[in-house]
Amino acid sequence: MSRTGTFPEEVEARLALDAKEIIARYPHSRSALLPLLHLVQAEEGYVSSAGIAFCAEQLDLTKAEVTAVATFYTMYKRRPAGQYHVGVCTNTLCAVMGGDEIFESLKEHLGVGNDEVTEDGKVSLEHVECNAACDFAPVVMVNWEFFDNQTPESAKQLVDDLRLGKDVKPSRGPESVCTWKQAARLLAGFADDRATEGPQAAGPSLVGLELARKRGWAAPDPDNLPTAPAADEGEGGTK
Amino acid sequence: MSSDTETTLTPVLSENWDRPDSFTLRGYRETGGYEALRKALTMEPDGLVDLVKASGLRGRGGAGFPTGMKWGFLPKDNPKPRYLVVNADESEPGTCKDIPLMLANPHVLLEGIAISAYAVKSSLAFIYVRGEVLHVIRRLKHAVAEAYNAGLLGKNIQGTGFDLDVVVHAGAGAYICGEETALLDSLEGYRGQPRLKPPFPAVAGLYASPTVVNNVESIASVPSIVTNGVEWFTAMGTEKSAGFGFFSLSGHVTNPGQYEAPLGITLRELLDMAGGIRAGHELKFWTPGGSSTPIFTDEHLDTPLDFESVGAAGSMLGTRALQIFDETTCVVRAVGRWIEFYAHESCGKCTPCREGNFWMVQVLERLENGAGTEADLDKLLDICDNLLGRAFCALGDGAASPVISSIQYFRQEYIDHVEQGGCPFDHRKSTVWGGEA
Ligand SMILES: Cc1cc2nc3c(=O)[nH]c(=O)nc-3n(C[C@H](O)[C@H](O)[C@H](O)COP(=O)(O)O)c2cc1C
Ligand code: SF4
Ligand code: FES
Repeated sequence: MSRTGTFPEEVEARLALDAKEIIARYPHSRSALLPLLHLVQAEEGYVSSAGIAFCAEQLDLTKAEVTAVATFYTMYKRRPAGQYHVGVCTNTLCAVMGGDEIFESLKEHLGVGNDEVTEDGKVSLEHVECNAACDFAPVVMVNWEFFDNQTPESAKQLVDDLRLGKDVKPSRGPESVCTWKQAARLLAGFADDRATEGPQAAGPSLVGLELARKRGWAAPDPDNLPTAPAADEGEGGTK
Repeated sequence: MSSDTETTLTPVLSENWDRPDSFTLRGYRETGGYEALRKALTMEPDGLVDLVKASGLRGRGGAGFPTGMKWGFLPKDNPKPRYLVVNADESEPGTCKDIPLMLANPHVLLEGIAISAYAVKSSLAFIYVRGEVLHVIRRLKHAVAEAYNAGLLGKNIQGTGFDLDVVVHAGAGAYICGEETALLDSLEGYRGQPRLKPPFPAVAGLYASPTVVNNVESIASVPSIVTNGVEWFTAMGTEKSAGFGFFSLSGHVTNPGQYEAPLGITLRELLDMAGGIRAGHELKFWTPGGSSTPIFTDEHLDTPLDFESVGAAGSMLGTRALQIFDETTCVVRAVGRWIEFYAHESCGKCTPCREGNFWMVQVLERLENGAGTEADLDKLLDICDNLLGRAFCALGDGAASPVISSIQYFRQEYIDHVEQGGCPFDHRKSTVWGGEA
């Protein structure tokens, strides 16, 4: 790919068009740096020295300036990630609920350590920080799609399916998981057409609403606000 | 809210989440979506700022700063363009409300953005969303495209002459980028490191221009206030903590999830709604507002969850991220893991945080493994003393919270580790599948 430190000419030309579109979104070009790093990661699966050089050139920065930014953010990989990057949340809440056991069993099952890739290049494994899904703990992410309420068994099945090339379906996400490179392209700001797939909400996201419906609870009716000692709250006239 | 009436849930932002099409423009419109924008555009921008001020809406991103007042700080005479930046970085451990909100109802955020941008006279808004949530980013971009097509964003919105562009910007994995000035540096294409304040973003924010930074839930609350009015909003919550908000219950509860309720509700009431602590177990400790807020115990079941009451009880309302742990949980392990997080996420700019967290990880590790001493507790408190109030940004203060509060409530448990030469807990019992035994 890019051992020479630059992209082949046709790659460069193609990405330059994308870069132009990205840069045009911002009043100041440097704001395009994070999306451009996602863009070059989408090309190679990681941020290579060629990727760094490309970003620097597009934004008129030095390679050192770009490198300083790229290394600050954990989502940019300095070595190729697997086609499917599996992140197990081991922040406190998930760890306690079973995330630690899941992570240990995946390490053993895949024969890889943290931030390593299986030999076939299919799956990389990493422990991740809280992914804002604690009410679905323990949580596993595949290419940054949610796999909620995991167990060691379900997680092992998940990575087996990924390695066999079977489609796997996120709990709250599209019908199947796109590749790591496709995910990075989305992060660069190029939407795919899968936004309408998958549920609007699931499980824990809905428990409060469902309970409110069952008990007839609602926010106050703006046309009939309770006066000081509220007599009959919970009428639910706002809907 | 008077105390003698039962507190109920008050779904507002989650009101339409049980519609399968809640995330589409059509679905949102069928439940009254974008009516608030129509109304707002007939008002004077300053009138909207006054309305939000009068509502008493306080920031839902953690610090609870009054939203309308923040908008009012924008200098009147600065000729530079103004920016609205929505903080959708949601990364504070335990916090899990903005992500389901944007997944299920991205349009309520966009409507809030349009109204807020009009109010503060901005024509360019950014949504800085954490990168690790692909489907949320899809939903946001889809909603933005729908809104442009319908003339709800873009040039001359609904024929009023108001222009607004919205850019969805994905982060790249760094908790510190949730801190508003680090976020701005990141959005400018730099390493996300906090800036010295003042100047505050309202005066010199993005590209040194006047900038409003608000949390997703804060901005998404604005349309309902415009539609239903100040009295409606203040009919919920307490005098100084008005309105409603998400209470996100996670951990050892029967029904974890999102409970949208008036501020001032208590954990006892919420647990009642959530089916209680998981069967056969009891509450040990919990965070009222994420890992950066000092932990509470069963002493605090009746503390009203509003900014003042939680503060008076020694913690912070934060993001209403209620992480709940039962008696199977080792507090030393829990705190140790949080501190590993802070050490990993420390941006390295200032010594108390960079060094302090590094050392706390070492000390907590040896305590957890039974290789510590009682003197290590003083060492931890000493490090916290150097951290609290001396760090450059609130990440450092936040790291001290779980350490100090856990030693305050569970000193003996730390000592048990020392005396037994190891952890007295069987972690398997804490897991979802190990709880029955
Ligand atoms: C380390 C750190 C992380 C933060 N992360 C977030 C975040 O993910 N989302 C958020 O809205 N605010 C976060 N904040 C708070 C922001 O700095 C800021 O107060 C908030 O976005 C303002 O919006 P609000 O007034 O609407 O709450 C964080 C603060 C700190 C110190
Ligand atoms: S407190 Fe920590 S995160 Fe904040 S500026 Fe200092 S080193 Fe960076
Ligand atoms: S702790 Fe795992 S998602 Fe929050």
